[in-house]
Amino acid sequence: MPGERPTRPEDLGEIVLEVNNIEVVYHDVIQVLRGVSLKVPKGRITALLGPNGAGKTTTLRAISGLLKPEYGKVTDGRIVYEGRDLANRGPEEIVRMGIVQVPEGRHVFKHLTVEENLRVGLYIHQGRNAREEIERIYHYFPRLRDLRNKLAGYTSGGEQQMLAIGRALMARPRLLLLDEPSLGLAPLLVREIFAIVERINAEEGVSVLVVEQNAAIALKAAHYGYIMEQGRIVLEGTAEYLEKNPDVSEFYLGVAKGGGRKSFREVKAYRRRKRFM
Amino acid sequence: MTYFLQLVISGLVVGSIYALAALGFVLIYKSSRVINFAHGQFIAVGAFVVYALVAYLGVNVWLALLLSLVSTALLGFLVEKLFLKPLVGQPIISVIMVTIGLASLIDGLVHLTPLGGGNFSLPKFLPEGGIAFLGVSVSYPQVLAVFLTAVFLLAFGWFFQRSTLGAAMRAVADDQMAAMSLGVSVEHVFALAWAAAGITAAAAGFIVGTISGINLEGLVAIGLRVFPVVILGGLDSIPGAVIGGIIIGVLENLATGYLDPLVPGGGTSEVFPFLVLLLVLWFKPHGLFGTEEIERV
Repeated sequence: MPGERPTRPEDLGEIVLEVNNIEVVYHDVIQVLRGVSLKVPKGRITALLGPNGAGKTTTLRAISGLLKPEYGKVTDGRIVYEGRDLANRGPEEIVRMGIVQVPEGRHVFKHLTVEENLRVGLYIHQGRNAREEIERIYHYFPRLRDLRNKLAGYTSGGEQQMLAIGRALMARPRLLLLDEPSLGLAPLLVREIFAIVERINAEEGVSVLVVEQNAAIALKAAHYGYIMEQGRIVLEGTAEYLEKNPDVSEFYLGVAKGGGRKSFREVKAYRRRKRFM
Repeated sequence: MTYFLQLVISGLVVGSIYALAALGFVLIYKSSRVINFAHGQFIAVGAFVVYALVAYLGVNVWLALLLSLVSTALLGFLVEKLFLKPLVGQPIISVIMVTIGLASLIDGLVHLTPLGGGNFSLPKFLPEGGIAFLGVSVSYPQVLAVFLTAVFLLAFGWFFQRSTLGAAMRAVADDQMAAMSLGVSVEHVFALAWAAAGITAAAAGFIVGTISGINLEGLVAIGLRVFPVVILGGLDSIPGAVIGGIIIGVLENLATGYLDPLVPGGGTSEVFPFLVLLLVLWFKPHGLFGTEEIERV
């Protein structure tokens, strides 16, 4: 839209998290991020989109401190959250500062019951009333209440995703990081889960940074979005802007320029001709 | 019938010692996948601390037990911080080798004291005799053994089922990364597991001391007895450790009572439990209560 100043994340709210030009290296040799910068406005849902292997999960882990167990390290740049630098702090410290990541692939505690899973989320707030906190989660995920005494390993994929999000909420994060909540779930369930995330965001004012490959659903829920490819941010804008952007529709939403759907082969040919970088 | 009951009851007593010893072993294995070969030494340290306090310093037995529990908890905690924490991320076999080295080290340290060789027994602090029960007499130390074991097992059971910290410890055993994502300090949990193992080891050592007497080799041997117990019960199962301990204890006594007269030389109690163990593993390779991976179809 020529002539119009694009909306910046600052326009949506105070910046709660700023990732500034970070580089991440695994095992001291494998460089995955090459200068990623992004901003997360307070009380909003921000989406981080991109294909497999773009570095989305690595970016989340750099923020949450979960890089360390994967032998990764932030070698350059800064991650500033509420005025403090997070780079290379441990996850325990970061969770206590108010950032909780829901890991990709759910990772529920299989041999614990649903309610015990939630209980672990209370680890950093052991002084709080467990019953009240658990009821708060059941309010958002009524289905979990019916499953409370079932071993988490025997619940369905959608239920496990709900449990993973509920468990993270027990820690009362101010910034929630979601890694591919749609992974392996039926479209109807994905929509249900995003609806709940939107509700939590609206009712509790939790800022959300969600990583997704399913750009269509993520952009519907998000206020702002970033597109990542090969360890770099290549495009950013409000969710409406990204949804309307022809390149984004082409690559991520599967919509052809002239409208209608396009075959995968054509998309691939188009990609070769035009790269965001 | 009375003879059978008598054997079962003394089996229960021995079994509860095994159960306590196995509990500490399982706690460590469950949270960190480390097999602690120094567990027998922990038991010995627990028993000797009680003995030293009572015999040399004239401390009350119960206070000595309490101090012993605290000191073995501290020992477990320190072992984790000094020897095992630097090994985080190293292959598990290296960690296991360290526990073997630790066993030798503690052995050596105990030998430096007058307690290293010989037999010692705690001064009598319980009344003579015992209670009669269905025609079977049970001595007070035996009653105490079963009672103390029950108390410890209930306390640990409550802790793991009902408390947030207990749930967090089980969570670390289940999925370390996910536990970390919720702010659980894995390091803290490991140290806690070692401290808890120290506590149960000292309790087991104390009970052995009240029933039979204290001897370094004998106490360390209980640490090895733990292996068939936990394999039977399932290496990572807390109820498995308890039930496995009691089964092995009872089987040993039944073998001594019924099979020894049939076999020249006796000693069937050393063999019979292992035969049962083999048979069980045939049908249940994870042990009676060991976790099989949950696979959702």
